[in-house]
Amino acid sequence: MDGLLFSDLTVWSMDWTLLILLVVPTVVHGNPTVTVRTGSGPPVGSNQHPNSVPLSEDTQTTTEVREVVVEEVMMTGMLNPSHYPARRAATVVQHYLNTRYGSPYRWIFLSKVHSGSAEDVAEMRKYQLELTMQEIISNVSGQCSAELLFPGGEGQSAPQVQASCEGLLQSNTTAQEEAFYQQHRASNNMVSGNDIPDSYGHMEPNMKPFWHLGGVASSFIMLRESNESTLYNMAQVANFTQLETEKDQLRVNYHVLLHEMISQEIIHWKLLVTWSPEQGVQVLQTELQPKCHNCEAPPNTTN
Amino acid sequence: MCVSMYSAVWSREETTERNYYTRYHNMSEITAWMEQMKRENPDVVSSMVYGQTYERRNITLLKIGLSSTVRKKAIWMDCGIHAREWIAPAFCQYFVREILRTYKTDTKVNEMMKNLDFYITPVLNVDGYIYSWHNESTRLWRKSRSPGTGGCTCYGTDLNRNFYANWGMVGVSTDCCSETYCGTKALSESEAWAVTDMLGKMREDILAFLTIHSYSQLILVPYGHPNISAPNYDELMEVGLGAAKAIKAVHGMDYTVGTSPDVLYANSGSSRDFARLIGIPLSFTFELRDKGEHGFELPEDQIQPTCEEAYAGAQHIITYTHDKAFYSYAATVTATLWTTLLAAWVSSAILLTIICMYKQVK
Repeated sequence: MDGLLFSDLTVWSMDWTLLILLVVPTVVHGNPTVTVRTGSGPPVGSNQHPNSVPLSEDTQTTTEVREVVVEEVMMTGMLNPSHYPARRAATVVQHYLNTRYGSPYRWIFLSKVHSGSAEDVAEMRKYQLELTMQEIISNVSGQCSAELLFPGGEGQSAPQVQASCEGLLQSNTTAQEEAFYQQHRASNNMVSGNDIPDSYGHMEPNMKPFWHLGGVASSFIMLRESNESTLYNMAQVANFTQLETEKDQLRVNYHVLLHEMISQEIIHWKLLVTWSPEQGVQVLQTELQPKCHNCEAPPNTTN
Repeated sequence: MCVSMYSAVWSREETTERNYYTRYHNMSEITAWMEQMKRENPDVVSSMVYGQTYERRNITLLKIGLSSTVRKKAIWMDCGIHAREWIAPAFCQYFVREILRTYKTDTKVNEMMKNLDFYITPVLNVDGYIYSWHNESTRLWRKSRSPGTGGCTCYGTDLNRNFYANWGMVGVSTDCCSETYCGTKALSESEAWAVTDMLGKMREDILAFLTIHSYSQLILVPYGHPNISAPNYDELMEVGLGAAKAIKAVHGMDYTVGTSPDVLYANSGSSRDFARLIGIPLSFTFELRDKGEHGFELPEDQIQPTCEEAYAGAQHIITYTHDKAFYSYAATVTATLWTTLLAAWVSSAILLTIICMYKQVK
């Protein structure tokens, strides 16, 4: 009888186990072999963590806040190529390369920062960078080594750049540049345009070289205005007007909008630009335009 | 001629045209589109007005998910907090279209629609967005449209500096004419308040928070203050890097991942920081194309590829979030049950053995 009890119990427990085994997987979807992530965040459903500020507490004061600028700690030594100090410096190199080599058919942009270092030299900040740059019209890339000096002290002088690149200027732009130059040097057909690109990012094909030229010319300003706390791009050519050709140089008046990333400001500049295939791009005059505070009256927007 | 004119008008309005999602749309078009999404998908799409802008316009989100009798977890996405970043609302529209297009046939999307609700705000800064459409000279507007105070004649506060997250501490300006003006106080702007209010109500349910911007091709993780680290920084970076890898696989574009103070600039009062602070574990800012060539005025022929890659990145984050919540939980329960079963089996076997031995001894 004891033996019978034993085997009955065994069968009973096995039956129940089997039942549970069959039922459970259908109730709970999931795979027991899935790795459970532990220690990598608050448990599911939790809303507590050390930094959380309960909404009911007023732990921040709302007293007068002055202009708050946290002094950016200047990186020294090897730079992380994906962090902003290397990228800002690399963008300055981009502007420099455009002032040297840019044209209506050659416009260079930073592609990648490979490595960089920064150090204090006397009152100045010296950067060394290994970069890939890309000429975006022909899509040709090249490797560049560059050295920059950001001046220290109170003076607002431009950074000094030296750069040497391999393979970047491969594309043969001679024919296109010459054709563009000949097309526009005669006085009987002065070109002008505005909003390049337009709100939708579009531009007419015949405006594209003037867009490139505006970008290259803007590089003179962006280079001059750059420091370790700025990152400039040209946002738009607001308008341009071609003037009479003088001394075999095409001449164009530009009104450009520059975007400064850290302040997020749009800065208006007017420039007088000359270009020819031999002389390259030159900027004769630049004039900062005031930020338009008076055009703030809200229009009748009924959209 | 009448027929062709009619069909030309029809094709501009309706979104059945494939190229609707390859163009930018003004606010009234986006509003009409939201209505259409609800009309065409009544069982999975509803809308909610959760606040008002300064100019008293509705701030509307679409809630998308398979209906359920139990309370569901949520994913939050907002676009267009900065008016000039037009690619962002375009992405929100694309994202909505994509999950609605695939949830019936894609088992993973279906599963996520079953377990989660997506709360998507196509345009958060409605006033600013409308203003940026007014004419070419307003195209690059960024902030809200509330007027300046205290004698300052400029308009607008930077909504992404106005949240209650280390407000006013770094990367802001107290000049009301500045593009990073943080406002007279935290949540001075009704748009920021609307988001804060919603997140506060839902915070136990929101698993991930995505806020979409342009440009620079970045994925930013909290916090914007250089001296404060998120407790799950490693997880945020791992998931962010996974998203960047998914993005690159689509069209080869590089997106850099890191905290804002590391890869861009320090800032405070952002919505992403606020979301992380109230406990939403996975909180990211997407900065979409490009890297400065066109900047805010991204050509329409880049809308589709940008949205495709951003979708892959967002899906990586959402899938991780979903699986962590639902598979981890299930695995824990299943593991517990297995352990319990094993323990029960072993202990009953031992007990029976003891009884047996006792009987035999007797």
